[in-house]
Amino acid sequence: MNFPEELRYAKSHEWVKIEEGNAIIGLTDYAQSELGDLVFVNLPEVGDELTAGEAFGDVESVKAVSDVYSPVSGTVAEINEELLDHPERINEAPYEAWFVKVENVTAEEELFDAAAYEAHCAAESED
Amino acid sequence: MKLIFEMGAPGRGCDLLPDCQAPDVSGKATRRAARPRLPEVSETELSRHYTELAKQVHGVNDGFYPLGSCTMKYNPKIDEQAAALPGFSQIHPLQDAADAQGCLEVIHKTENALCAITGMDACTLQPAAGAHGEFTGLLLIKAYHVSRGDEKRRKIIVPDSAHGTNPASGAMAGFDVINIVSDENGCVDLAALRAAVGEDTAGLMLTNPNTVGLFDPNIAEITRIVHEAGGLCYYDGANLNAIMGIARPGDMGFDVMHLNLHKTFSTPHGGGGPGSGPVACKHFLADFLPGMRVVESGDGYEAMRAKQSIGDMHGFYGNFLVVVRALCYIMSLGREGIPEAATGAVLNANYMMHELKPYYHMAYDRTCMHEFVMTLEHEKHERNVSALDIAKALLDHGIHPPTMYFPLIVHEALMIEPTETESRETIDEAVRIFIEVLKQSEKTPEQMHAYPQQTPVRRLDEVTAARKPVVRYD
Repeated sequence: MNFPEELRYAKSHEWVKIEEGNAIIGLTDYAQSELGDLVFVNLPEVGDELTAGEAFGDVESVKAVSDVYSPVSGTVAEINEELLDHPERINEAPYEAWFVKVENVTAEEELFDAAAYEAHCAAESED
Repeated sequence: MKLIFEMGAPGRGCDLLPDCQAPDVSGKATRRAARPRLPEVSETELSRHYTELAKQVHGVNDGFYPLGSCTMKYNPKIDEQAAALPGFSQIHPLQDAADAQGCLEVIHKTENALCAITGMDACTLQPAAGAHGEFTGLLLIKAYHVSRGDEKRRKIIVPDSAHGTNPASGAMAGFDVINIVSDENGCVDLAALRAAVGEDTAGLMLTNPNTVGLFDPNIAEITRIVHEAGGLCYYDGANLNAIMGIARPGDMGFDVMHLNLHKTFSTPHGGGGPGSGPVACKHFLADFLPGMRVVESGDGYEAMRAKQSIGDMHGFYGNFLVVVRALCYIMSLGREGIPEAATGAVLNANYMMHELKPYYHMAYDRTCMHEFVMTLEHEKHERNVSALDIAKALLDHGIHPPTMYFPLIVHEALMIEPTETESRETIDEAVRIFIEVLKQSEKTPEQMHAYPQQTPVRRLDEVTAARKPVVRYD
């Protein structure tokens, strides 16, 4: 399982990279591994306002449909349209398959660093 | 096997279908340019086709079917005999009420019986399925708030242990859906509920017994919290089989609910059913009910619309012949038989859980209601044998797999609901097979990904089917 050091992580298994008021958001390696093969992705539209802690899209695997939560508040600047036709990219390379780029980031959830997130995943597996 | 469109030859046919008795009234404008591409097959071909189809599936007539949350109980033949009576099957919904008194009586009696079982005051039989019933019930809640000018109530609270259809129905009905977390037993977290309710609360949707097969011990407190905030309480009756005739949602403080006739009341389930998801409610919601209401009038019955009806949720009276079957079931069991069915369902589930407990890991190790949930998480981590692998292996033993990967709050879940219509011998045999499959997974874990091997189709590529569906025949 991969937990890149340079990223931060939400409890609900999204990764986020925040730089100078902009953020890039995706699903973690642990999340894609738990969900299994993804078959559909729903993304917001450019210009949509995201609220930290609220769902902005969803992913569907053969097991279930799951919401994807935004770790930050801000405005959607760009969406990764490739995922709509190729949801398998999330399984193949979760840290390259970004969902949305967000600008004007005003707030963020409590986020984990890589080590704390890895511990969070380990605890969740034991439940 | 061949599709029926690949069989037969032009001009071939059989006499099984009656001639069309309606006059041809279609004008040129409405007539299609080309004849429809219907199969032309002989009676021999037709008969073999359906027999072959029947061999491809596993139904309650084939063997054990412990599909959790679905209540796959036996469909009694007497229900079918009742539904086939010409007075029910040869009638038209626009027939004059005077000629359809028997049908109206069936509707009226069924509504009364369902109200008695649920502790509600009024009922509609229009909704065609459970989720359709949820949607109907939520529209009643919406109509109630709007009728009082209380339009700020836009939020529906749904615990995360609810059926997946609950949040979907809330969104369909135009509400904002607020998810609240469950406690460690999959029951409602009272603190989370208290924090979530307010003057924008339209209502709460609750599945009880919940999706892990536990009866929420705080049920009365839950409905009190929601009512004090001005919201209404919706009861998802999908799991009513555990409590019918014993405890009534109406007495627990719920205002509106649905029932699944195709689960609890033994009508055919799966393969198109069709289903029926009646909605029952308290007096103060009755005026909003959809469709035609059947009321007593003189010596007989007549149908009329409720004063502030939300409209129609289905054509005419819903799936009427399903209702006939359900009434037949209710009257066959009677006042004593209904609670006996529920206790049988709970006993069978607890017996099976008890027998499997030394071998499988139970997600919640306490007395269950009509179903229980096991987790294969340990086996998945230890030897890469998943809930899916166990489920697929069971198919080779003539058992329909339990529900997999649901509820979502349990990882690698297998959810088992034996129902009351299975004998002690059937359950003992199923337990033996469950244990055998698990032991096999310890010896040859890698082999477990290769099952099933005895079924008409092997392990299907669900991922490609979802990503690249082929939905046309040619």
